[in-house]
Amino acid sequence: MKLTLKIWRQKNADAKGNFETYKMDNVSPKMAFLEMLDALNKKLVEEDKDPVAFDHDCREGICGSCGMYINGHPHGPVSAITTCHLSMRYFKEGETIWVEPWRAKPFPVIKDLIVDRTAFDKIQIAGGFISVNTGAAPEANSILIQKKKSDDAFDSAICIGCGACVAACKNASAMLFVSAKISQFALLPQGHIEAKERVRAMVIKMDEVGFGNCSNTGACEAECPKQIKLTNIARLNREYYKAY
Amino acid sequence: MSKVLFSSITKKFVMALAGLFLLTFLPVHLIINLMLLKSEPRPFNNAAHFMATFPLIKIMEVVLIGVIVIHVSFGIWLQIRNWLSRPVGYVSGNKSEVSFFSRFMIWTGATIFTFLVLHFFNFYFVKLGLVAGNPEDFYTIAHNLFKIPAYNYIYLTCFALLGFHLFHAFSSAFQTLGLNHRLWTPVIKIVALVYAIIIPAGFAFISITLWLFR
Repeated sequence: MKLTLKIWRQKNADAKGNFETYKMDNVSPKMAFLEMLDALNKKLVEEDKDPVAFDHDCREGICGSCGMYINGHPHGPVSAITTCHLSMRYFKEGETIWVEPWRAKPFPVIKDLIVDRTAFDKIQIAGGFISVNTGAAPEANSILIQKKKSDDAFDSAICIGCGACVAACKNASAMLFVSAKISQFALLPQGHIEAKERVRAMVIKMDEVGFGNCSNTGACEAECPKQIKLTNIARLNREYYKAY
Repeated sequence: MSKVLFSSITKKFVMALAGLFLLTFLPVHLIINLMLLKSEPRPFNNAAHFMATFPLIKIMEVVLIGVIVIHVSFGIWLQIRNWLSRPVGYVSGNKSEVSFFSRFMIWTGATIFTFLVLHFFNFYFVKLGLVAGNPEDFYTIAHNLFKIPAYNYIYLTCFALLGFHLFHAFSSAFQTLGLNHRLWTPVIKIVALVYAIIIPAGFAFISITLWLFR
């Protein structure tokens, strides 16, 4: 495949940044998107140029590192996958592909396609945990949990915190992320003890770090690689009201 | 405490409650306006007189204006924050699959508010004596306005945009209040669609009838 890449290049957080155009020949449709970027970087290094900086780690769709905005979609135009799972066969011969970093005030660009997502960590640190004494694992059947609730909690807990919800939202809102982190505890008895403090602290921190407001457009749900549902946001709202 | 009072969720909660209150007002207004279709001015003028003088309605009028002010000001407040949250936009646009009308809530809302100001000049300020006109004969004022083609164009455009606004607002308010249910949410969405069609269509029917068929 022959492709034209328009990639956002930015030296550091303070630099201005611009799109650079790269022509790619011999891209295999079997390549993953990140492998295609690896091939580009190899070429750039051989030409003694600065390679494109992008986040990646597991390349198995579970770490949430590889967030980038491709042709108007977080993680590219295919639903329910991360960028590392995006195959080049989804692009057409001769296509121009625009690659941008996540755009949100709380996610400042560090370099090229890498953004600082510590805003999510700050929200988690504010209350996204349960306080338990460490020690031997408790007997699994000592607290019985309804299967449906357990499944729903798991469906929320699979959020990988990649930030695609923020990137997709026209308001750069983090409500889907926060709601998943609230739901994974709100649905289980272990989470009830600190429920009020948790939701207050996480919502206040979410506002403090500068995310926008949810306007229920549903872009977050449509683009989430782990298919976290909007019902989590309604649950977050309920938990918040119950906390006062 | 101010962080709690003015948290993003609290602001949206206030917006949603105010919006739902405004939803209850529109059918009442439509029912009264349907009296404009009668050839006799008295029923409409009597209804308008009742709305202007009945003590409970007068209290509701103050509440209604207060709710409009809250809904509009909180909407602008939330929107400014949303714009500030993404200072740099995407060159490749946003192609995510979303509820279409939800993208333009601030703009449909702004148009409806602008129409409301015009509406106040035509009717409410006449009642208050701020603008010239006979407050005891709103029937004639309305009929004269609907004879002006430009007024009808503005009226019909604004009510079409009101329909778009209501369609997203109705179900969105329930989601914001935390009321999302496997069975009931699809029902709410159908009711929202019916409401968003019937209310603007009712107002548009009056406009078109008085403009083209009277």
